[in-house]
Amino acid sequence: MKDTYLSLVNGPLKQVAKTLGLPQPVELNRFGSTPASYENKPVLVLGTGPGAQGLADQLLENGLEVRRNAQTGEKLRAVIAVLDDAQSLADLSPVVLEIGAALRSLAACGRVITISTAPDAQIQTPEQAATAQGITGFTRSVAHEMRAGATANGILLDGVDLTAPSVNAALWFLLSGKSAYVSGQFLTVSSDAGQRLSLDEFMSTGAAGPLAGRTAVVTGAARGIGAAIAENLARDGAYVIGVDMPQAGQALAQVMNRIGGKSLQLDITAADAPDKITEALGAPVDILVHNAGITRDKMLANMDAAKWDSVIAVNIAAQTMINARLSEKGLFADGAQVVSLTSTSGIAGNRGQTNYATSKAGVIGLTAASAEDFAARGGAINAVAPGFIETDMTAKMPTLTRQVARRLSSLQQGGQPVDVAEAICFLASSGARGINGQTLRVCGQNMVGA
Amino acid sequence: MSAPNNRAVILGGNRIPFARSNKQYSKATNLDMLTSAIDGLVARFGLAGENIGEVAGGAVLKHSKDFNLTREAVLGSALAPTTPAFDLGQACATGLEAVVSLNNKINAGQIESGIASGVDSTSDAPIVINDSMREILLELTRAKTMMQKAKIASQIRPAYLAPQAPSTGEPRTGLSMGEHQAITTAAWGISRQAQDELAVASHKNLAAAWESGFFDDLTTPYLGVSRDTNMRADSTVESLAKLNPVFGRKLATEATMTAGNSTPLTDGASSVLLGSEDWAAEHGFTPLARLVDAEAAAVDFVDGDEGLLMAPAYAVPRLLARNGLTFDDFDVFEIHEAFASTVLSHLAAWESEEFCKDKVGLDAALGTIDRDKLNPLGSSLAAGHPFAATGGRIIASTAKHLKTTGKKRSLVSICAAGGQGLTAIVEAA
Repeated sequence: MKDTYLSLVNGPLKQVAKTLGLPQPVELNRFGSTPASYENKPVLVLGTGPGAQGLADQLLENGLEVRRNAQTGEKLRAVIAVLDDAQSLADLSPVVLEIGAALRSLAACGRVITISTAPDAQIQTPEQAATAQGITGFTRSVAHEMRAGATANGILLDGVDLTAPSVNAALWFLLSGKSAYVSGQFLTVSSDAGQRLSLDEFMSTGAAGPLAGRTAVVTGAARGIGAAIAENLARDGAYVIGVDMPQAGQALAQVMNRIGGKSLQLDITAADAPDKITEALGAPVDILVHNAGITRDKMLANMDAAKWDSVIAVNIAAQTMINARLSEKGLFADGAQVVSLTSTSGIAGNRGQTNYATSKAGVIGLTAASAEDFAARGGAINAVAPGFIETDMTAKMPTLTRQVARRLSSLQQGGQPVDVAEAICFLASSGARGINGQTLRVCGQNMVGA
Repeated sequence: MSAPNNRAVILGGNRIPFARSNKQYSKATNLDMLTSAIDGLVARFGLAGENIGEVAGGAVLKHSKDFNLTREAVLGSALAPTTPAFDLGQACATGLEAVVSLNNKINAGQIESGIASGVDSTSDAPIVINDSMREILLELTRAKTMMQKAKIASQIRPAYLAPQAPSTGEPRTGLSMGEHQAITTAAWGISRQAQDELAVASHKNLAAAWESGFFDDLTTPYLGVSRDTNMRADSTVESLAKLNPVFGRKLATEATMTAGNSTPLTDGASSVLLGSEDWAAEHGFTPLARLVDAEAAAVDFVDGDEGLLMAPAYAVPRLLARNGLTFDDFDVFEIHEAFASTVLSHLAAWESEEFCKDKVGLDAALGTIDRDKLNPLGSSLAAGHPFAATGGRIIASTAKHLKTTGKKRSLVSICAAGGQGLTAIVEAA
């Protein structure tokens, strides 16, 4: 759905909005709509340790303009703060102030990325843990202060160093327009698994794309976010099998014919769904995206069994059953990656959505608990939690509620289905296998469930 | 000839759910529906952008502008625009004839793959101006001066403006198909009760198949319709008994044919994917079945004494004889239900020693068909009958049925206007 306010404040009402201090969302730079003038701007790498220099060298090798010191009058594409060697809060002070000083040079839709050690109460000293945790609070707050489409996110190193392949992939994702609607979030890299992708490889499409040669199954692929996921997977080179309810078959066929994929009409809650999926595939599953989901909103006092049970069945029980069945029958390929759709409702809860929030929180738990099983196969399982995304579903919201919901994020706008799809394609890529059991929010740092 | 191990196989199908005419699909054209049926098939098998050997199809009620209907559907579909197509027609047997034709082309090694299709709409039927008006309009185009034109135009009379509505009437007898069948029904003494029972079985079997998800990979919804709209799962012999007869009311015998035991006019489209065994293997498709043989027949219903829809009664014995088979060799009988009494007349004929000896030239009656094996997935009484789309519906359904049940052989029979019939043997692959 068109965000009229966004168009107005970037057009005739620009001055009015500025004068009145109204929200001023900007059109985000996305994959394919990011101008070269933006991509040619330099990246400022801050940090005093060897990690920072190593990272700067890596960026240079990948063809980026790199600065180690801010230069006056020069607009920056991104500021990357490498804080992996921070042992105490005192270590932070010089770097954060340098970041602060550079913010005014940040281009529209610019990026702040912190790279630090993941907080771990088990192995870190209290001071180390305070520092690690402190950085997350810092990054989230910077994200709140970002303007003009800029974002701030972090990469957390959990037992790996900066050279882990997934640190690269995470960096490419966060630097690029693929993460346009991700802000205030952390990507935890917990193993050296995965292939090292160059920035060019990560940003390529089709037969050269990061998903080339892999087969992806997407449930709920007929419309909305699911259709966007299917299209993006195909763009990145995957062969896509789209699954949806038989009733959605016409739309599903159109999507699949557009991307040269295959449509499979079935009810994912049926006991034979996993068998039918693998039969249609004719091979073990490389990528599985559990996107299918329904809402049957009702206040708990008015909830009936049909509304509760159907939401649980589609949104979580089907995922659990399909994962278990494919795993048990050895139908996940080596390196298989699963990405599940959860929701910010699953994190924060939502009035009238006890059933939905239960199912979506369940997905987060399922994902975390399945990580080991997938890691054993050299793969990974992760979840993506969309916030307010412009879909047919949100278009049905009352106008005022929708307007408020859009502005309630740091980016002051709703996300697009493609923003969710980008996160999923990133987490489905071979470069991201070192990220496992995590839930990534794609919500523009929505205040809800923050 | 293609190598013996590279014969044609039936790989699957797709149809849009059938809808009663002038309802959900009333604004859809034959081209729209056929394109959608093909697109659903293309999506199911991941054939977007692919070249198919040939696409065959047709419609019984066809606009003259649709002279290249199937090719136009291909151009509008996700198939490669370099896929050739041809139109064909054999009235209600058009869809089956398309399957037979492409099957033979694959077996002859002329093509590696084919899509057999068919479509019909009685909602968007061509309306034809009557012959008097047509002659005047043609004269007008030949006139040279204004005076000549004015003179010709002055001959137009209000009555000439009445269009000729499409009908299922036979051009040579002026009788509708229902009235023809009513004569046959009376001749074979088919009871109202038997007709209604067959209709109920058709609805129940079709509903059970839908309920079990059997059609999930044989249909793709269209314009919000996801199941055949004519289907009445709750129909009973009692409820059907309440309907008034609509055909045969002028005959001396009791009129037995009602709207409940006759197929309604229906809109819909179907398609069937065929390929050589090698082509199927290259694409990773599992063959469902193969069309082993087919036989057409025609009867003289104009000057002779045979019923309009009785041709299958002649085709089947010839088909069985050529293949050395009897009814006992079949697990499934798919007999198109133009009217319940059509099917029952065929069954009665095959059970009749007199018919089989005198008319077909057999030594004895052909035999009895076990009713449990008859139209196990329902047929046209329940699903409806968009003329040229029925063959594709039956072939794809019975092919999948054989594959999923492990049954071996199915007999397919479709009667058609003009006193024709087309029958085929389908065997599990």
